[in-house]
Amino acid sequence: MQHGKYRFIVGFLVVPLVLYAVFVIWPFIQAIYYSFTDWTGLSPDFKMVGFDNYTRMLKDDIFWKSLQHSVLLVLLLPLVTLGLALFFAFMLNVGGRRRKNAAVSGVRGSSFYKIAYFFPQVLSIVIVALLFQFAFNPRSGMLNSALEGIGLGSIQPDWLGDPSLALVCVMSVLIWSTVGFFVVLFSAGMASIPKDFYEAALLDGASRVTTFFKITLPLLWDTVQSGWVYMGILALGVEAFTAVQVMTVGPGGPDYATTVLPLYVYQTAFRDGQAGYATTIGVGLLIITMAFAAIVMRLGRRERLEF
Amino acid sequence: MGSTSAHKNEGLGRRDLIKRSAALGLITVPTMSFLSACASSDTSSDETVKKGKTSAKNPLGVNATAPLDVVIFNGGFGEQYAIDAEKQYTAAYPKAKVKHTATQKIQSQLQPRFNGGTPPDLIDNSGAEQMDMGVLVGKKQLLDLTPLMDAPSIDDPSKKVRDTLRPGVLEMGQFDGDPVWIMNYAYTVYGVWYSQTALDNLDAQYPENWDDMLALCAKAKKKGIAGWTYAGKYPYYLPFSLYPFIGKIGGREVLDKIDNLEPNAWKDPAVKSAFEAYYELYQKGYILKGTPGLTHIQSQTEWTKGKALFIPNGSWVENEAAPTTPKDFKMMVSAPSSLDSSDKLPFGTIWAAGGEPFVVPAKAKNPEGGMEQLRIMLSEESSKNFTKQVKSLSAFNGGTDGLTLSTALQAGVDALTKAGDNVVNPRLQDWYGKLQKEQIGTAGIGEMMAGRLTPTEAIKKIQGYADAAAKDQSIKHYKHQ
Repeated sequence: MQHGKYRFIVGFLVVPLVLYAVFVIWPFIQAIYYSFTDWTGLSPDFKMVGFDNYTRMLKDDIFWKSLQHSVLLVLLLPLVTLGLALFFAFMLNVGGRRRKNAAVSGVRGSSFYKIAYFFPQVLSIVIVALLFQFAFNPRSGMLNSALEGIGLGSIQPDWLGDPSLALVCVMSVLIWSTVGFFVVLFSAGMASIPKDFYEAALLDGASRVTTFFKITLPLLWDTVQSGWVYMGILALGVEAFTAVQVMTVGPGGPDYATTVLPLYVYQTAFRDGQAGYATTIGVGLLIITMAFAAIVMRLGRRERLEF
Repeated sequence: MGSTSAHKNEGLGRRDLIKRSAALGLITVPTMSFLSACASSDTSSDETVKKGKTSAKNPLGVNATAPLDVVIFNGGFGEQYAIDAEKQYTAAYPKAKVKHTATQKIQSQLQPRFNGGTPPDLIDNSGAEQMDMGVLVGKKQLLDLTPLMDAPSIDDPSKKVRDTLRPGVLEMGQFDGDPVWIMNYAYTVYGVWYSQTALDNLDAQYPENWDDMLALCAKAKKKGIAGWTYAGKYPYYLPFSLYPFIGKIGGREVLDKIDNLEPNAWKDPAVKSAFEAYYELYQKGYILKGTPGLTHIQSQTEWTKGKALFIPNGSWVENEAAPTTPKDFKMMVSAPSSLDSSDKLPFGTIWAAGGEPFVVPAKAKNPEGGMEQLRIMLSEESSKNFTKQVKSLSAFNGGTDGLTLSTALQAGVDALTKAGDNVVNPRLQDWYGKLQKEQIGTAGIGEMMAGRLTPTEAIKKIQGYADAAAKDQSIKHYKHQ
């Protein structure tokens, strides 16, 4: 049956591959080409400048700062988001023990929680960022009002106005807005795990923690891995960009405390009129994203269980 | 059959194929591709329209039948004032078709047209998506407006247009030498904004020197009112009162040196004194609590609610803060207080400058039409219409007689009269946008006013940024003439 398999596959894939090449690969090649020019983005004339943009990027403090923040986001966001989502999904699907008829079920009211968790997903990230901008308002915002309400009026941080808190605030908003999606994704994954496994574990007297680590997580590993890559892309790409652009001081501040790579690309291209240099940073971002995906794919490789 | 696991198996597993293509799809999300999508490609070969005959009524030689393509930034000032002026254009040239476009997305709409060589004939290049003027000028994308400046004005043919403008408007349109690239249509008064009612409640007058300012802030603090607030999330509003303060203390040469990015320009004693005076506001707790985390709207709202007395701002604030301004607010603007009697310039020295920049692209098809439209807008009638509609002065000098002005607008006119020749015009924000907003504004002055830098540290940091900008060959540098 191996004979002619590639021809078969290619036959099916030729149209999407051509589309992909024209609309995805070609812009990338163009972008790499422009990263060697001094194109402003505002006029059609530009010239080749060799590796000037790249040497400039390596000496650019703001580039390194944004890189640092992007890397921090890509490490922490998936960890926290997926961790929370796994916990919630486990509780919603497997965590309950009190029901009589079913051996495996979620905690009470799990169908309601599922909707509640998913709700932020229907809001655009711009709206979420704007809403939280009000919540973080140090004068009349929800957070500081709450602090005052419980008698902690003396501790009222500036939140987004404070360089040591601003990035944490942005991250918490990103987590809040994405965790629901993964709860639903993992719930779907857990639903496809055969109930017998859980029943067997239950008969053996396994605790919730053991059930989670010995059965749920290993069987869900593929989903978690894809989720990890997807979350990383969000952290490196458009979601982080939007949240930072809308919420923070400057934007990208205070004092560059929240600048991330995509924001720096955007500002360089569309505010500073240096599209050539912006594509250079974009190439840097591309390399980091590919490295991230490669690492996750490699680390996550393990024997799969078929069922 | 399709194999289930790729390991130790010659074929390409079904799962691996799916997984790899999914991974490839995912990693290509980031932001690069959209940049090159608008890259330069086809250059249009359309020629400019033939010039018409010049006459007393048509000094610029507008082709009476040529269409006119106008793009207006539809922001705080709206678009109605431009539509009204375009009606006058069609009245003068009935055969000309005027295409009016209003947008907030100036750059994303116009960048492809500039790159493709088919820009419109007149652009109001304003707002958050403003195209970088320095780059447009540097890359020769704009038309020299000198013919317009030398044309007779609509109201009085014996006067040239250039003689009807407010101080500083013409020079703001120049970047290097004589050519005039930009016509700033609005005229903004920057300074210290306050409510006369709030001061009356404290039995106070606007403090004309810094000691009085501190005393007034102390008095207000006892009543639970903060002295100052500002747009903490966009601290580049602080210079609106801080720069004229510096110019007033040390003379306008200090500001010119700063604009010219001269070495050690920020180390001038006048800068230090001004920074220390503002820092004292922070140290003594006269800044509204939480200010560093507020947006411009939020800080303006705190101010109109009476939680703070003063706010550095520009004359658009009247329109912008209107929804939250109480009826008896009596909004006023004043020049910065004096530091002490050794100040080089008198009290009244203020920052006023053109805003809402209009440009005619070099490759416009109907450049005479674009300039003629500007000439119409600079008539007394259009100017009055503008002031009436958007509560802002225009670049046309005068044109407020017979209009009932709000207290804020009247205060602006009075401040300009009082300032006389002492109008300063720092150019950092239109010459070096990133340096002014992100580096000096946010990372320097903003950090100082939040109490995270001392004045000395802030000056050192800002000087570092200015030196780096002076050395940076990728940005075009300008000098005061």
